Amino acid sequence: MVMVNGQATPQAVGQTIAHFLASNGFDLSRVAVEYNGEIVSKDSYAQQYLANGDVLEVVTFVGGG
Amino acid sequence: MNIKINGEKVQTNLSTILAIQAAFYPEIKTPVRILNGFQTSENLEITEGDELFFIEKGKFPKQEEFEAMLSARHTPHVYEKVKQGRVAIAGLGGLGSNIAILLARTGIGHLHLVDFDVVEPSNLNRQQYKIRHLGMHKTEAMKAELQEINPFVTVEIDTVRVTQENARELFADDDIICEAFDTPEAKALLINEIAGHFPQKKIVSGSGMAGYESSNLIQTKKSIGNLYLCGDGVTNAKVGRGLMAPRVAICAGHEANMILRLLLGQETV
Repeated sequence: MVMVNGQATPQAVGQTIAHFLASNGFDLSRVAVEYNGEIVSKDSYAQQYLANGDVLEVVTFVGGG
Repeated sequence: MNIKINGEKVQTNLSTILAIQAAFYPEIKTPVRILNGFQTSENLEITEGDELFFIEKGKFPKQEEFEAMLSARHTPHVYEKVKQGRVAIAGLGGLGSNIAILLARTGIGHLHLVDFDVVEPSNLNRQQYKIRHLGMHKTEAMKAELQEINPFVTVEIDTVRVTQENARELFADDDIICEAFDTPEAKALLINEIAGHFPQKKIVSGSGMAGYESSNLIQTKKSIGNLYLCGDGVTNAKVGRGLMAPRVAICAGHEANMILRLLLGQETV
């Protein structure tokens, strides 16, 4: 089980962060991601696999300022 | 007892506001009286360590008294702290121009303003510029505005677009960074660069303040890492839903107040 933004998300197990985000409607150019308490650089999204017990927080920015 | 009157240390046995004014500033006809940052017309008792100001209403003060008078309206011990503060503002549009002015009025000692753009007519619906600023770089225009509001703020400007290549270097010396960009891509880029490489730096960001939805949907939330997010999180600017002065200013107020709290050591929202 992976917790994504506070929601139990079993289907995320085994996916990379990049794959999970892309297949769940997140725009990679508009997010910041915290993986197990640390903000991860975009370069590592494609390398990092999600495993049982992981916690992912995804912040999506919207336009306007 | 020892007190301060118009910024000067004074020893006196007089114990009320009116008695002190009669002794030290009898010439003031229409006085504004400020006791410890609070304007009052009551003849209150004075105690050791109090700070008093007497100002002739509407008159421009003497230069040497000016900074003391500007700071007189600040809560004691707050001004001393914020004067040491250093804050970067990334983006000087609707959010950033409002935030810069709020922080200058609050007496933040050092502001680092970063923006690449020039002032355009379409900015005047919500940004703190004037007709006379059209065509100027926003950094230059805002620096000039801030000098007229609080000349004791040091303003450093960088007229440059923030990119993945320069972000870390640009903000290396700033402990608190205010994200006030327009596009979600620019917001995400700054957060990723700063939070990813300088996890100890505090970032206050705005996301979701377009249109005229309820004011009360706009909140300040602690987000990932040292990121504080202000806004409703969802209401983007798009065709048919523009950015409007009131809600942008509300979000700017959230960001500015969170920055003030951080400068004063309050890390909760």
